[in-house]
Amino acid sequence: MNLLSAIRVALISLRVNALRTVLAMLGVIIGVAAVIVMVSVTAGAKQAVEEQIASFGANLLIIRPGSSAFRGRRGGAGTATFMNDADVNAIADEIDGVAAVSGEMSGNATFVVDGVNWTTRIQGVHAAYFETRDWFVESGREFYPEEVQSGARVTMIGQTLARELFGASDPIGQTIRVGSTPMEIIGVMTLKGQSSWGQDQDDVAFAPITTVRDRILGYDLGVRDPVFTIYAETNSGENPDNVTADIEDLMRVRRNIQPGADDDFTVRNLGEFIRARNETENQLGVLLAAAAAISLLVGGIGIMNIMLVSVTERTREIGLRLAVGAKRADIRNQFLIESVTLCFTGGLIGMGIGVLGAIYIASLGEFPVQIQPTIALIAIGSSAFVGVFFGFYPAHRASRLDPIEALRFE
Amino acid sequence: MSPALIQCRDLTRVYKMGDNEVHALRGVSTRIAKGDYVAIMGPSGSGKSTFMNMIGALDRPTSGTLEIDGERLDSMKPDELAAFRGRRVGFVFQQFNLLPRTTATQNAALPLLYGGVPGQERARRAEARLQQVGLGERMDHHPAQLSGGQQQRVAIARALVNDPAILLADEPTGALDSQTSEEILQIFDQLNRDGMTIILVTHEAEVAEHAKRQIVFRDGEIVEDRT
Repeated sequence: MNLLSAIRVALISLRVNALRTVLAMLGVIIGVAAVIVMVSVTAGAKQAVEEQIASFGANLLIIRPGSSAFRGRRGGAGTATFMNDADVNAIADEIDGVAAVSGEMSGNATFVVDGVNWTTRIQGVHAAYFETRDWFVESGREFYPEEVQSGARVTMIGQTLARELFGASDPIGQTIRVGSTPMEIIGVMTLKGQSSWGQDQDDVAFAPITTVRDRILGYDLGVRDPVFTIYAETNSGENPDNVTADIEDLMRVRRNIQPGADDDFTVRNLGEFIRARNETENQLGVLLAAAAAISLLVGGIGIMNIMLVSVTERTREIGLRLAVGAKRADIRNQFLIESVTLCFTGGLIGMGIGVLGAIYIASLGEFPVQIQPTIALIAIGSSAFVGVFFGFYPAHRASRLDPIEALRFE
Repeated sequence: MSPALIQCRDLTRVYKMGDNEVHALRGVSTRIAKGDYVAIMGPSGSGKSTFMNMIGALDRPTSGTLEIDGERLDSMKPDELAAFRGRRVGFVFQQFNLLPRTTATQNAALPLLYGGVPGQERARRAEARLQQVGLGERMDHHPAQLSGGQQQRVAIARALVNDPAILLADEPTGALDSQTSEEILQIFDQLNRDGMTIILVTHEAEVAEHAKRQIVFRDGEIVEDRT
């Protein structure tokens, strides 16, 4: 007996008891819908994390002075000796696997154009900074390394700043006063959006670190060419842990830390940090997965129940089929196909409901939700699995019937 | 004498009912020739149904040998018996046993489904058999739309569709009025004239009269065999 006629037989027998069929499918419908919602929410959470990581720049290591966490005796971050341009250059020159490295020093400044002013953060960075953060200009250009060396009075502004100070007009080429220093706007950054902490990342301006250090902030930090933070981007093929260890070794030497003594700086892999922070969110996914698995289990038991009823009701039919030459496998396959067809139909309906549910959850805005095409595969796969797994016992029982007994069955 | 189509020797069949053993057949030996028309008679519990199930390859003997058309049935496994039934035996039952919500053609074609015959060929052969039993006008009808006699005709078409070696009919007129019964029996008579070997289980003497040979069972043994 071929598959197509078996499916047709299955569909006929399912249509006969339409109400019963729908009730039997209900468990699978709910189960698959739960799986779809679970997968969409989990995928959404994962994507949100990846977006956060990407918004900082992938493969980004952040090096700061200060003690490691939980070593309370030492001062907090920032109390140890500042790093400087020489450290930046040493990392760039001596560490394999670093694609780009930049120092950073920032502070607040008032930006004035034509009497309009706006106070926000100005970040002094090296030219490689933009590569480490995967953040470039949308229009205009980034400053050159030579402009960092010479302390050129050029700046690139974020989109919030551009909007607040220039409205619709093009800021490029215009002069802006930063504190008391007039600077030329050479670029406008691409839109970055909010950080995961709700901070407007576009409310910022960038300038060569030398310019910011000497002309705008003018701090005396007791170190020549100081930087607050060093950003290093590892090559994508590189294991960030190895690069982290290499940088730690280098920094210990440069900062004269004796063997056995604690580091007075930290090297942090930001991607790892964000992933760890979202570990708790993943537990929500585990919970949802458990709920989905239980509904599928209950749905499967419903299918098994209805299939057993169906086998009993159709005992004479089974007897007849056996009498006219059906082999045991033919009977077993017929009922298996029926159970899979039942689950599969339930799975498709469940997928529809699940997608609607995911869209609804997305509309609430509480959770990030991502509806992927792969959920169709998941719906098909899980419902087919339930159909085969829970349909097997009834189908096997049907195939083991004795033809004489079955034909005599009333 | 024509060559034996069915040959059985010392057939026994013992059922275990709890601690009791029921001897349904106690050493039955007989031969049935190709083209014969046999009525199997006897009261209920006489073993006639067991004998019928045996030669229909629905059951296996506890001991003894059974050979049909050169094939030994007593040592076959369930799936081999199923294949044999599909190939060599046509069944007609008292209750017709048609599949509801399935057309006459589809019902008649059912054995071919398990014989691996392609769809169009199945329909063609089923329709030819329905013509033969006089149901050419009602091939698209469902069993519920057919009278008892018509349903039994569909069942006969189904039994013939595989060109079987034996046609086994278990009380084929038991659910029909006498007029219809006579029509069905005339179909059997005609089939036998055309060369079909027919074995008919019945307890009605008038029905048995149609056959060329009557075998009477009692207490698991053949007590009478007349031609």
